[in-house]
Amino acid sequence: MNATNKEPVAVVGIGQTKHVAARHDVSIAGLVREAAARALADAELTWADIDAVVIGKAPDFFEGVMMPELYLADALGAVGKPMLRVHTAGSVGGSTALVASNLVAARVHRTVLTLAFEKQSESNAMWGLSLPVPFQQPLLAGAGGFFAPHVRAYMRRTGAPDTVGSLVAYKDRRNALKNPYAHLHEHGITLEKVQASPMLWDPIRYSETCPSSDGACAMVLTGRAGAARSPRRPAWVHGGAMRSEPTLFAGKDFVSPQAGKDCAADVYRQAGITDPRREIDAVEMYVPFSWYEPMWLENLGFAQEGEGWKLTEAGVTELDGDLPVNPSGGVLSTNPIGASGMIRFAEAALQVRGQAGEHQVPDARRALGHAYGGGAQFFAMWLVGAEEPAS
Amino acid sequence: MPRTGPAREVAVVAFAQSDHLRRTDELSEVEMVMPVLHQVLAQTGLKAKEIGFTCSGSSDYLAGRAFSFTMTLDGVGAWPPISESHVEMDGAWALYEAWVKIQTGEADTALVYGYGKSSPGSVRDVLTRQLDPYYLAPLWPDSVALAALQARALIDAGETDESALAAIGTRSRAAAEANPHAQLSGAVPQGDYQVAPLRTGDCPPIGDGAAAVILAAGDEARRLCERPAWITGIDHRIEAHGLGLRDLTDSPSTRIAAERAGVFERPVDTAELHAPFSSQEVVLRKALGLGADVAVNPSGGALAANPVMAAGLIRIGEAAARIHRGESDRAVAHATSGPCLQQNLVAVLEGDPR
Repeated sequence: MNATNKEPVAVVGIGQTKHVAARHDVSIAGLVREAAARALADAELTWADIDAVVIGKAPDFFEGVMMPELYLADALGAVGKPMLRVHTAGSVGGSTALVASNLVAARVHRTVLTLAFEKQSESNAMWGLSLPVPFQQPLLAGAGGFFAPHVRAYMRRTGAPDTVGSLVAYKDRRNALKNPYAHLHEHGITLEKVQASPMLWDPIRYSETCPSSDGACAMVLTGRAGAARSPRRPAWVHGGAMRSEPTLFAGKDFVSPQAGKDCAADVYRQAGITDPRREIDAVEMYVPFSWYEPMWLENLGFAQEGEGWKLTEAGVTELDGDLPVNPSGGVLSTNPIGASGMIRFAEAALQVRGQAGEHQVPDARRALGHAYGGGAQFFAMWLVGAEEPAS
Repeated sequence: MPRTGPAREVAVVAFAQSDHLRRTDELSEVEMVMPVLHQVLAQTGLKAKEIGFTCSGSSDYLAGRAFSFTMTLDGVGAWPPISESHVEMDGAWALYEAWVKIQTGEADTALVYGYGKSSPGSVRDVLTRQLDPYYLAPLWPDSVALAALQARALIDAGETDESALAAIGTRSRAAAEANPHAQLSGAVPQGDYQVAPLRTGDCPPIGDGAAAVILAAGDEARRLCERPAWITGIDHRIEAHGLGLRDLTDSPSTRIAAERAGVFERPVDTAELHAPFSSQEVVLRKALGLGADVAVNPSGGALAANPVMAAGLIRIGEAAARIHRGESDRAVAHATSGPCLQQNLVAVLEGDPR
């Protein structure tokens, strides 16, 4: 690869909506504008400071609008500017941020607004995913039906006790209580309540699944000069990558996909990380079903193969553990699908900016944002740091 | 506005497209895309795993199912895993994302593809779902009706008339006789009004098709292609969505993108314009300042084949192929998206001096 001198990329503005089951009070345009305006306010910039807009969301059938960026151009101040629309299934929020980041890194634009959203209440996500096409593999009765067998394979392969999934859900839902933007605020949550919740797709229980949310997340990305003018501490992008592999083929490892391992390895190489467990202070991981925490701990290199569940069981991934995972409450507490990946990226940035409020990990200097999508085939990750990367 | 930004040399080094057909019921999207991918790779001798970055453009709404692009990825053969992304837009914007990726230095080559099958549904109705979902889409104004509004505005402004529009259709389909991939070519009767003032000959055929391009940087481009089509400028801009908020006889977004891409710095000899309706060519010629000496749509353009989500990428590919063949030295390629030319991408392609 050609070692071109890239512009360092900084996150200087972050905005989210309060995620809820249904935002009946706003249109799709109103929803995205709310998040974008908050990101601009955080950066103390105006619409005129933005050179380009990069927007992402999951399938258009989720709202029933084809290529909604066309209709949203006005609401996002994009008129007269470039606007790109990214769609990489569930990983899209992460991919969208990376495409925006590349625009700055390549010096095509100085300051870019990136945003991802889903307003699931406009339509029905279950039906949005259930449009049968002859001779093609459908997504098998919603995402849970697709992923449950792979969770079962993980349990069988590693010998993990069947209590681990509920520990993750109990942790993430408690973390969400500290995050004012999280969708689920279950004040009376107990481990027993999680374990007593109905079994949906064995071994996945109701309380171990993500909700359906309306919400949007936005970030303002800029280069070194923009960062110098930033009123608050920026988060610096130290590495970012995407990897994809086919949906279904004989050699695919659904428990720990090669594309996820390769993507993490690329990000760590860029960021100079050799021991992720020690060198990374917080992880915002895409965990739509609780068992994906131990699975991804292994896939991302935080634990040896077969050992991820031991970190979870030992409390390592708790907010006060030595590798906090999903201090925001994660996808298990908030899932506007197309935005979920960007929320992971943004929450990682909040951690290293010291702006995460009650769910702040003390002295977080480096944090990983992670997203995946499709049949565990698309991966997008970035590693952000409190310091400008050494060039 | 001065042109600034990245300076890495990037060129289109290969282009392939399917035959564009009214229906391809016997083919899945994967089966439609795969031969095109194989052809474009074969032109360079590269294997999928040797490509630095892959990006595609398509729309779930044409396929009638969510995540349709996850299946077409299978046609690429993404194993071992590849660095890959997707835009829910015409493949021209996938090419733009790939160009940016090469500018970062993280890739030296890119495979870009775009595809669309319009035949499974009524594309005129499907495209109404692009409109403002609360105020406009419930009225189901179809794409031909909206283009007819634009054509009427042009005629009322004295910019064109029905016979001038007919001549655009005639010229495009005559040019398409030399294009073996075109869906319509030769003499096409101007026909009845589809939506006045647009007649059959003013409107694009409805069809299925795919296209792919390979990009390469610097010396890699020179190694892979005898005469690379260098992308000396590329930019895209969007306008307001509401048709009442725009002057439909003009395309300021095309003009801004053209300025940023450097179109006006020197004359072009070729223009491949993504103008699905004859009247839109009138708007684009004005925005791009094209004189009568420029060969416009020598491929036949979108009036001869308009596979939605690939037609814009094909314009870049056709312009590049003309440079590869030595038939052009400096070409402008254009892609559009949205109702009545809402969003426009402009690229300048140049060949090394011969």
